[in-house]
Amino acid sequence: MSNLTLPQRLELYRLLRLNRTVEERLVRLYRQGKIVGGLYRCLGQEAISVGTAYALSKGDVIGPLIRNLGAVLVAGFTPRDVFAQHMGRATSPSGGKDGNLHFGTPETGMVAPSSMLGALVAVMAGIALGARMRRTHAVAMTWIGDGAMSTGAFHEGFNFACVQRLPLVVIAENNGWAYSTPLSKQTAARSLAERASGYGAFVERVDGNDVLAVHEVASRAVARAREGEGPALLEALTYRMKGHAEHDGQAYVPPEELAEWGLRDPIALYTRYLVEQRDATSETLESLDRAVVEQVDAELEAAEAAPMPAPRDALKGVYAGETAEAEPVIIRRLQ
Amino acid sequence: MTGTTYVEAIRQGLLEEMERDDRVFLLGEDIGVYGGAFKVTDGLLNRFGEERVIDTPLSETAIVGAAVGAAMMGLRPVAEMQFADFISCAFDMITNFAAKARYRSGAGVPLVVRGPAGGGVHGGPFHSQNPEAYFAHTPGLKIVQPATAYDAKGLIKAAIRDEDPVLYFEHKFLYRRVKEELPPGDWIVPIGKATVRRTGRDLSILTYGAMVWTAFEAAKTLESEGIDAEIVDLRTLFPLDEETICSSVAKTNKALVLHEATRTGGIGAEIAAVLAERCFEYLDAPLVRVTAPDTPTPFSPPMEEFFLPNPEKVCRAARALAGY
Repeated sequence: MSNLTLPQRLELYRLLRLNRTVEERLVRLYRQGKIVGGLYRCLGQEAISVGTAYALSKGDVIGPLIRNLGAVLVAGFTPRDVFAQHMGRATSPSGGKDGNLHFGTPETGMVAPSSMLGALVAVMAGIALGARMRRTHAVAMTWIGDGAMSTGAFHEGFNFACVQRLPLVVIAENNGWAYSTPLSKQTAARSLAERASGYGAFVERVDGNDVLAVHEVASRAVARAREGEGPALLEALTYRMKGHAEHDGQAYVPPEELAEWGLRDPIALYTRYLVEQRDATSETLESLDRAVVEQVDAELEAAEAAPMPAPRDALKGVYAGETAEAEPVIIRRLQ
Repeated sequence: MTGTTYVEAIRQGLLEEMERDDRVFLLGEDIGVYGGAFKVTDGLLNRFGEERVIDTPLSETAIVGAAVGAAMMGLRPVAEMQFADFISCAFDMITNFAAKARYRSGAGVPLVVRGPAGGGVHGGPFHSQNPEAYFAHTPGLKIVQPATAYDAKGLIKAAIRDEDPVLYFEHKFLYRRVKEELPPGDWIVPIGKATVRRTGRDLSILTYGAMVWTAFEAAKTLESEGIDAEIVDLRTLFPLDEETICSSVAKTNKALVLHEATRTGGIGAEIAAVLAERCFEYLDAPLVRVTAPDTPTPFSPPMEEFFLPNPEKVCRAARALAGY
């Protein structure tokens, strides 16, 4: 049974819906050719992003991965930010300098991830170190996949955080696949939790498609971290329902597994729970859905109306207060 | 001979910045209790405590990664690589995370990564390298290398105060071999400014780090032969001080680039490009490079001596250049 109040349980529902609706609009944009680059989806993994990030407080800092759209929205970034990022618009948080979910600063509650997976764990350990040194009581939370847990940066960063007992919570999303590589080719350990058991951290496994269970274990990990009891690694079991990115038809994934996990869709499960618990009627939830769609469509319209960046702005911001030179070579004959 | 050695100058710079600004802290392997492999941070743990002098696991990625995160949170980390060679283990953190963060997200990363570079101490392939050129190809970074105790102190202080990531390569051969009286008070050596160490008429030796002293030895010999060499100490390797480089060469009309790092794709190659672009008509002779050859640093003393540039090699190149 959840410790959340009824309004909080309904807010979780709204956030899950927001996550999925934004993704649905992104898919539409992708098919319309309006997205710059690839589109990385999180269909079926929304409960992990939303449930964990919902356990955080103001002042905490997230370091999301490519499939953590929900966490980004929970942290307070808008669908408009996300759409503008994907379309490379001037109004995007990165000003068109980077795409998808690669944006944010600690002041805004989020560190921009890089594409070198695993690196973020070491950087987020530094965020936690900085938070502690500044006595802010902030917690750093980041996510990692079953693939990126094979990187040195993950192990170095997590080990450092554990030695220093830093307020860092890492959620290991075990969705079975890293691009086309199954878990069995990433590790000989029986689970990601087992793999993480050697660091002296708080380690737990949770059903990643049960948003309340995810939220509960994340809340515990966050509270421990905030109290100075050190890092946590939470393995959330789920399944990647779409390819690595939209271009990938994932023919390598057994269809029976997809079918099986399709019956365990986290939003469908949570909807059923809320109705069965009499938290809400189907009508109430549908009106929440409509409000989400209205909001998302309005923000999408605003994002699409935004201009592309000025080409020469590409030269700005490499160093503090400086603009790079585009054409330093000036052929000049002696007088 | 009294004065402050190069290694003491770095330590003084760190200490003064830590006293001036409580956001400054150090992290690295064996830097606290042991005082660092070369004792650069000796005594700082006692003075500032283990929250500000952090002995880390053997994890260069974690050291620089943690420094990046802490810098984003408003602190001023100074990360030590026990040997500059080991910076390769943190390459991704430096080139992809630290260097690009401001550009792509607006998050400034004011950190310093420092460590002992260079050969001449029979360290072999993994304790002698000069890795600066790997990083001079990465917009977002700044790279400095002091040749004197004055610059060692002034540049570490400037690096700590800089808003962007600075790689500070100190030459281990110089740690206890050079010393000078340092003026009192709070001063820095600005990043991005080269200096003319010796003025001369006949040719410009453009160099940095320990090779500044090699250039001096060579200049003395050359002087007795009637060749008057100017020595430009670059101090900052990225971004290069093109003005100082070009004004020296515009005066002497001949350029000799000297560095201890290997030849191809080194800092000298960039200087050659700058001179070709900006000083083509001032040059009275082809540019000459004196560098280590394109091999790893060999271990055995006679081989390493053969590998490293030295005053004789500089003199030979300078004579050819002067006589062109």
